[in-house]
Amino acid sequence: MHILKKENNYTITVGIECHIQLKTKTKLFAAVSNDARNAEPNTLISHICLGMPGALPVLNEEAIHLAAKAAFALGTVPQKNSKFDRKHYFYPDLPKGYQITQFDQPIILGGHVKIASNGVAKNINITRAHLEEDAGKSTHPAGQDYSLVDLNRAGTPLLEIVSEPEIHSSAEAKAYAKELYLLMRYADVSDANLFYGNMRFDVNVSVSKTNKLGIRSETKNLNSFKSVEKAVDYEAKRQIDLLEKGDKVLQETRGWDDAKQKTFSQRSKEDSHDYRYFPDPDIPPVELSDKYIKNIQKDLPTMPEEWRKILNSLELNDSQIDTLLISEVDSDIKYLKNINKHLNDKPMAKFLADWYINITIPQVNDNNFVLENSLHHSLELEIYRLIKSNKLSSTNAKALYTEITRGTKLPASIEDYARTKGYIQVSDEKVISEIVKNVLAQNPKAATDVAGGEIKAIGYLVGQIMAQSKGQADPALAQKLIKKQLHIE
Amino acid sequence: MSSVLSKSQWPSIASISTDVQNGKSKALDLVELAYKTLENSNEFNSVISTTKKRAIGIAKDIDSRVKKGQKIGKLAGVPFIAKDNFLTFGGETTAASNILKGFNAPYQATAIERLEAEGAICVAKANLDAFGHGASTENSDFYTTKNPHDQKRVPGGSSGGSAAAVILDIVPFALGTDTGGSIRLPASFCGAVGYKPTYGLVSRSGVIAMASSTDTIGPLTRNIADAALILDIISGKDELDGTTIEKDKLGYTNLPTHIKGKKIGIVAEFMGKGVDPGVRSRIEDTLKELKNAGAELVEVSIPSISLALACYYIICPAEVSSNLSRYDGQRYGHTSNMSGNIEDSYNWSRSEGFGSEAKRRILIGTYVLSSGYYDAYYKKAQTLRTKLIKEFNEIFNKVDFLAGPVSPVTAFKIGQNIKDPLQMWLVDILTVAPSLTGSPAVSVPAGYSDGMPVGIQLIAPTGKDRDLLALASVTEKVI
Repeated sequence: MHILKKENNYTITVGIECHIQLKTKTKLFAAVSNDARNAEPNTLISHICLGMPGALPVLNEEAIHLAAKAAFALGTVPQKNSKFDRKHYFYPDLPKGYQITQFDQPIILGGHVKIASNGVAKNINITRAHLEEDAGKSTHPAGQDYSLVDLNRAGTPLLEIVSEPEIHSSAEAKAYAKELYLLMRYADVSDANLFYGNMRFDVNVSVSKTNKLGIRSETKNLNSFKSVEKAVDYEAKRQIDLLEKGDKVLQETRGWDDAKQKTFSQRSKEDSHDYRYFPDPDIPPVELSDKYIKNIQKDLPTMPEEWRKILNSLELNDSQIDTLLISEVDSDIKYLKNINKHLNDKPMAKFLADWYINITIPQVNDNNFVLENSLHHSLELEIYRLIKSNKLSSTNAKALYTEITRGTKLPASIEDYARTKGYIQVSDEKVISEIVKNVLAQNPKAATDVAGGEIKAIGYLVGQIMAQSKGQADPALAQKLIKKQLHIE
Repeated sequence: MSSVLSKSQWPSIASISTDVQNGKSKALDLVELAYKTLENSNEFNSVISTTKKRAIGIAKDIDSRVKKGQKIGKLAGVPFIAKDNFLTFGGETTAASNILKGFNAPYQATAIERLEAEGAICVAKANLDAFGHGASTENSDFYTTKNPHDQKRVPGGSSGGSAAAVILDIVPFALGTDTGGSIRLPASFCGAVGYKPTYGLVSRSGVIAMASSTDTIGPLTRNIADAALILDIISGKDELDGTTIEKDKLGYTNLPTHIKGKKIGIVAEFMGKGVDPGVRSRIEDTLKELKNAGAELVEVSIPSISLALACYYIICPAEVSSNLSRYDGQRYGHTSNMSGNIEDSYNWSRSEGFGSEAKRRILIGTYVLSSGYYDAYYKKAQTLRTKLIKEFNEIFNKVDFLAGPVSPVTAFKIGQNIKDPLQMWLVDILTVAPSLTGSPAVSVPAGYSDGMPVGIQLIAPTGKDRDLLALASVTEKVI
């Protein structure tokens, strides 16, 4: 069952092509570093990246390995037989005059991405995913009569994942992009760093009032989930407006202006190239053995679907689960692995999950977190013990945790440290009774109200007790003693 | 009969190397002898450029290392010439095309590196049909090489400069490339041994690509032992070429010396009407001698062979049009002075830089790969190629080798075919089939017809280079 988003009875249909940079050490066809993030222009190049005469591409087996892993992440198996083809066009950032890609025998055929949009789960089918080399980067300095080409990126391995046109709203488009990101991160095939353009989306959008698909536009090079969502919204609205005016939608390639939050026309279909694909004779066809494929499947890490099942058992809601899934790959903190270690102790696992969602993740997001993973994990376990034995209030627990995780070291004894810092609760009845007596004497009106049945006012009294005890009183105990001294039930 | 040319001033490559290693001769003297011989044969236009400064430097270095008692290698001080589509240091690499004039290679071909590692010294770069497109060297953008046996005739091509240089005795061996016959044909026209190995046996890295799926690299020499030694050194897997294969475990030297019981298939299609009677009788004589030496002769037919040329002249231009895309005038080679935008720069640089044969092949190749024509041409040609490979496999279940002439004719006159590209392409008719199947093939001198050399072509199944060299070695002895 598809949930179709309809505006003026139009059905929006979206297919997404996603280019993901694979995290190989070297380029797809050259023994040159693949990490161009902080490199000076044209420093990560060889005669192969430059398209020198006589230079031959030699396939990087690691790229095949990662693509095969990605196949499993997409819920399918890699193709046993695939091959590489040449796609021809002239451009200064394409040194050979052709791009090496996979035309009719890609490494992945089929598969799906499971998304949830508005609480409804749905599978978006994958048409295909193929390996190809990236081109270089061209820049066109404003007002100059030259352009600059940086070939550091030329030859970087990309996996282009093509979805079926089964997405029917901007929310679904965003959910698809996000889930694809998670899948690629959990399969550990890409850093998928959107800032560095490791993951780029092209959205094909059309609208129609009938069962027949409308003319589509392709908006290229979106590099955030939000821009995917906004571009789909913008295109759907633009196309509906055109049709309502009686105009036609043109089949064209469009770009996205993030500042204006608008798409703009780049080139029409008439300009489209004849790429003259043919099998690249320099690269022998790829053949994967059953054993190779089996080993990859065996070594596949725990994927988001599996984590969702685990986290569901801790009674977390979908949004909390997503927070954990995304945070796990966005930072160095091993939230899921830490939770996973304690699944035999459900309350503790649940405590950890809640703690991460409510306390750790916001702090990490605010860049206030320093303590390394193994250390803060033992801190979390100790805090859990102290809370459970009533020695630490949740407020004080958070304060203690915040204080310690901003540093690099863990105190030898966390309990001693908490005590000297005054975080440990006073649970000695005698001490608290004395304070209760004082507070009741000092607040006769509130005491009378409570005694007269206005139980709400007890909160005020407890607050006074906490203040006088400098926060060290066990609030539950204080409440119990107030009731006792006022002879309520 | 050119008896002067049949004698060489060079002893066998193995003994040249031994003499240098033992200090009996000096690498520097050998290099200078090569240059002196080159100078004396200048009128033949066999080379495009020399690498003199670097060659002399290397020769001196080898001599001083010998003096210190160091081991040099299997080719100590042996001078050679590389076809100018091999990337080499020490001078320009042009592929005989104006578009690469002034290009200095930033790295060397694997074959060159392997030869240098054994002490061989590249002294010059041989002329060729630009980018290997041709059968006569007349398509060189610079000049035509003349046949050492008759200056009015072509040396064959595209490795015409390499073949001529060996027969002019400038060097004991030269490197060539063979895509559809470009080693075998000039070897046959000039009277040299020309060896085209199994596809993938020698790395193509650093060799300017013509048609990548049939490009092979091999030696041109005066005898089989020299060719075998060079193949032994340059062959084998290379991490810079994903299509390379392992060499024979036994290597390619110390070849078997008898061919008793070996079956040689005489390809009927190779001995048909178009073959010049003089060429045919030289081939028949040679085959008779091989029979006397113990081989069994069987007449065979490979029906698809008659279509091999048509198939080749679709696949080859398709790959050529793609491989020549990189020559766009932006990073190296010729850049047009005509002003305009990037599109204009591409158009002018390529229009000015490429010769007419390159343009012809780019146009044909672009056409056969275009959408709407791909199925009718390129795909059909690939289907035919698969069929041809199947027929070769079947034939090789019955015979050990195939034999026939390299070319239906001996070296033709300069200018004779230049106006008729189709006639020029027909010269390849007997050599393209093994190129399409990847089979090893060799041209062995089989005497003369009207004073011009004739070569017998021997072909073996892929990977059977050692057996083929053994047969070729016996063949050269019985002639």
